[in-house]
Amino acid sequence: MSPLIAIIQRDLLLVMRRKSEVLTALFFFVIVTSLFPLGIGADADLLRKIAPGVIWVAALLSTLLGLQRMFAADYADGTLEQLVLSPNSFAVLVLGKIVAHWLVCGLPLVLLAPVIGIQFDLDAPSLRVLMAALLLGTPVLSLLGSIGAALTLGVRGGSVLMSLLILPLYIPVLIFGAGAVYASSEGLGIAGHFSILGALFILALAFVPWVSASAVKIAIE
Amino acid sequence: MTAINPSISTFSHPILQARAITCVRGERTLFSNLNLQVFAGQCLHIRGENGIGKTSLLRLLTGLVSPESGEILWNGAPVQKEASEYHSQLLFLGHRDALKEDLTALENLSMYAAIDGTPIAEKDAIDSLGRFGLRGREDLAVNCLSAGQKKRVLMARMLVRRAQVWILDEPFNALDTSAVGELQALIAEHLEGNGLAVLTSHQPLSIPNMQVLDL
Repeated sequence: MSPLIAIIQRDLLLVMRRKSEVLTALFFFVIVTSLFPLGIGADADLLRKIAPGVIWVAALLSTLLGLQRMFAADYADGTLEQLVLSPNSFAVLVLGKIVAHWLVCGLPLVLLAPVIGIQFDLDAPSLRVLMAALLLGTPVLSLLGSIGAALTLGVRGGSVLMSLLILPLYIPVLIFGAGAVYASSEGLGIAGHFSILGALFILALAFVPWVSASAVKIAIE
Repeated sequence: MTAINPSISTFSHPILQARAITCVRGERTLFSNLNLQVFAGQCLHIRGENGIGKTSLLRLLTGLVSPESGEILWNGAPVQKEASEYHSQLLFLGHRDALKEDLTALENLSMYAAIDGTPIAEKDAIDSLGRFGLRGREDLAVNCLSAGQKKRVLMARMLVRRAQVWILDEPFNALDTSAVGELQALIAEHLEGNGLAVLTSHQPLSIPNMQVLDL
């Protein structure tokens, strides 16, 4: 079994043993997105218009909720030192932790999105675009978020600082993710939005594991 | 600061060596110009008062932290340069146990084995836990174990990890008298197999081929 698979398996197993932490983030997503239709009322046109933005902002915030956990527990009990001292590249292990975070905090959002979208009266093509945009965008959120989680390791009040660090970095994903859904509902082309989301994903995948790994090493020193 | 001269060693070159290292934490210089060398089959016992820099020295030796000046050599090469090879031969146990409280003792062992790229058969893991008095407790979550039992899980990890260099920070804490004996036997066994160990402890130890470094 490769170390990458091993660390993903371990993180998922840990999540299974302590489900409440993950469910909190998911319920947060569901509740925040459900509050908007309730607050705005039955104006279907308005709901359709704000749906992409609301769902994406809720996705950003709920991803953020799970980020604190990415390294903090391993840092506190000394596991992170052991991972740095493992013979494998530490960046690969960090990538494994990011993948595990996405599987737990990103993928469920993609699967929940159609249900949420119905509340906003989105039609079937828009729902499909929403899911596809989330599928491409949420891994970027997990990747970029890992930098913030690593940089704020061991800092008091780290979670607030992390939000301030990371949310601005999420802006491009928000613009093009929400933009894709909006464009499709207006009958405009969506290829450009998806190309940029894809480019962001590839860029983040190529650089972020190394950046986060270095940040964690600095925190451990 | 004392330089360690090997008196009983069959090997001509040291496995682990520190050359003129200086350690600074914050504003304070903990130690400077420290030299040490450890040969295969040797154990180095680092002693000193609290806060004098024992843990910092161990962390320097693992390569987790770089010294302010000087260098740490493993088989003659700087540890930062040969990090991957060095880490494959290194087992470091810090003062935190690095065990996942929600996982069982067995899962903790196999998880580390898989991550370190040295997978072990479940039977070997169970046997090693059994050797340290945890037979029948393999499937208990680690948060149900006492501090001493957690240390015993770590001893099982030392046994299955098969690393040449052991760097142990206060390994005898929280152990009962019989476990102290077992751990000393385990370390002696490790030294016989051409391993080496560097450890800190406040209690007198009886490990063969042991050098003492007073910081």
